[in-house]
Amino acid sequence: MTTINLDHISASPLLPEVQEAMITAIREFQGNPSSQNQAGENAAAVIETARESVAGLLNSKVPREVVFTSSGTESVNQAIKGVAMANRSKGNHIVTSSIEHSSVNRSIKRLMQQGFRTTAVSVDNMGRVDQEEVAKAITDDTILVSIMHSNNEIGTLQPIKEIAKITKEKKVLFHTDAVDSVGVIPVDVQELGVDLMSFASNPYYGPTGVGGLYIRRGVSIWPIIDGGVQENNRRAGTENLIGIIGTGVAADLAKANMDKRLVHLKELKDYFISELPNAIDEYYINGDIDNSLPNLVSVSIKYIEGESIMLMLDDEGYSVSTRSACATGSLRASHVLMAIGLDHADAQGTLLISPGISTTKEDIDGFLKALADITRSLRDMSPLYNKK
Amino acid sequence: MLYSKTTMDHFRNPRNVGVIEDANGIGEVGNPLCGDMMTIYLKIEDDIIKDIKFQTFGCGSAIAVSSMLTEIAKGNSIDEAKQITNKDVAKALEGLPKNKLHCSNLGADALQLAIKDYEDRKAGIERPKEQQQEKHDHSHGDGKCYCPYCESSLKEGDNFCQACLHEIEEEEH
Repeated sequence: MTTINLDHISASPLLPEVQEAMITAIREFQGNPSSQNQAGENAAAVIETARESVAGLLNSKVPREVVFTSSGTESVNQAIKGVAMANRSKGNHIVTSSIEHSSVNRSIKRLMQQGFRTTAVSVDNMGRVDQEEVAKAITDDTILVSIMHSNNEIGTLQPIKEIAKITKEKKVLFHTDAVDSVGVIPVDVQELGVDLMSFASNPYYGPTGVGGLYIRRGVSIWPIIDGGVQENNRRAGTENLIGIIGTGVAADLAKANMDKRLVHLKELKDYFISELPNAIDEYYINGDIDNSLPNLVSVSIKYIEGESIMLMLDDEGYSVSTRSACATGSLRASHVLMAIGLDHADAQGTLLISPGISTTKEDIDGFLKALADITRSLRDMSPLYNKK
Repeated sequence: MLYSKTTMDHFRNPRNVGVIEDANGIGEVGNPLCGDMMTIYLKIEDDIIKDIKFQTFGCGSAIAVSSMLTEIAKGNSIDEAKQITNKDVAKALEGLPKNKLHCSNLGADALQLAIKDYEDRKAGIERPKEQQQEKHDHSHGDGKCYCPYCESSLKEGDNFCQACLHEIEEEEH
C-alpha cells in the first residue's frame, strides 16, 4: 500500500533535484572544507554556494549572516543560549510566548537554572501574541525576546515585524523561531527586521540533519559549540557537506516555486476545511485559520483520542500527527492547546493534517472518507460519546 | 513500531466492545485529564463472569489493554478475576512501552472496581454513581516519583525534571 503523506510538518520528502544533487555530491566531494588542499577548497566552495542560496531565500544580502547547524533545534539553542551568554553583563531576563516549541522552552529553562528569568506572554484563543504585551514584558534587564514566526501545532502566524519594531526601539535582541515558515511562506529578514532567526532544511523539502541560524551582522553572540573556525567561527565542527549541498538546492527551488506552491497549498487547505463537515461532526479547527501556515490544519475531534485515530489512519495508508498527551508519552496535553483554551478531553483528540506540494484533492477525499469511518468506530467505543 | 504485534491486534480488532444493558457490576476509571477513561461492564451469574464489555476513550494501548483484559477475565470466577493484575495484562500483550504502562494500570483497576460494585450491590450497599469512579495515579508503586519522560527520580516539589527539563504536573508524581 502506498502511504499518503499528510504529515509534512514532521517530514517532507526530498525533492528529486535535491536527491540528485546529494547523490552526486557524495561521489564528488571527499575533502574536508577546512583543509587547504584542492579537495578541501572544492568542498568549501560548494558550502559557500549553498550559503548564498539560503541567504537568497531569506533575502539576506550578506551570506555570512547564515550559519549552518544540525537542525532547527540546534539553531534555537544557539540563538538563545549564545545571546544569553554573550550578554549576561547587560541583564538576565528573556521574554517569550506561552506557545513556543520545546527547543525554545527548554533552552530558556536551562538558562533559568543558571540564574536567568523569563516572562512568557500569553496568547489569545487563536494563538496570537499581542505585540503590546511583549512591549510591556520588556524590562531594563531584558536581553532577548524570542517569539516564534509560526506555530508548529496550530500554524498561527505572529506579528514578527511589529515586535521587531518594539525590540529595536528598546534595544533588545529579537530571535524568531521560523522553522515551520522558512521556505514554506515568504520570509524576508530585512522586511521583518529580526536579529536572529532559526530555520531548518526539511520543511522546504531539503534533508533532515541541516538547520540554519540567521545572525544579523553586529549581533553579540557566543558559539555554544566550541572548536575549530568553521562557519566563520560561529559553529565549530566539520560541516555536514552533503546535507548542506542538498539544502542549497532545496532553497533555490523553494524560492523559485514559492508562489506556485502557495497557490496549491491554499487550494488544498480551503478544500479540506470546506469538505470536513461532510465527513465528521463535533470538531474544532484550532488556530487563526486566515492567518496561518498554508500546509497545516489542526483539528480537535470530540470524544476520541488522537493516537488511536492516528494509528488507525496509518493502517489505512494516511500519515498524520497528533498532539494527544498519550502520543507524546507525557500524559499531559499540549501546552499550545492548553494556552488557546481547549479543555483536556478535546485536546486529546487533536490531529495535525499537513499536506504538501504533491498532495492532491483526491488524497484529501480519500483521507476524509477514512477519517469519517474511524471517527465513527472510535466514538462507538468511547464512554464520553455515549454519555453525552 | 511502538507496540507489540499482540497489542496492535487487540487495538485493531478489539474484543468485547460495548455496554451490557443489564450489567450487575460497573467500574469506571480515569479521566480525560490524564488521557484515558475506561468503563468495564460485568454480567456475573453464580459468581462467574458470564459476560464482560468495555468502553474506552484513550490511546492504542488503552484500547488494547481493555480488550485483552476482557478476554482474560471472561469466564473467570470472581475470585480468579480478583487476582488479575495490571502486570498480567501487560504481559499478555507482550509488553507495553514504559511510558504506556499507566494505561495497563487503568485496565485492572476498572475490573476490580466493577467487581467491588457487584459485591456491594449483592450486599445491598447502594452507592451514588460517582463513587464507582476512581482516580488512578502514575507512581511506580514504590512511593518515589519518577520523570515520565526520562525516568530520572524527581524531588518533591519539582515542577520540572532537573535532568531533562520536562514540566511535571502535580498529578504525575
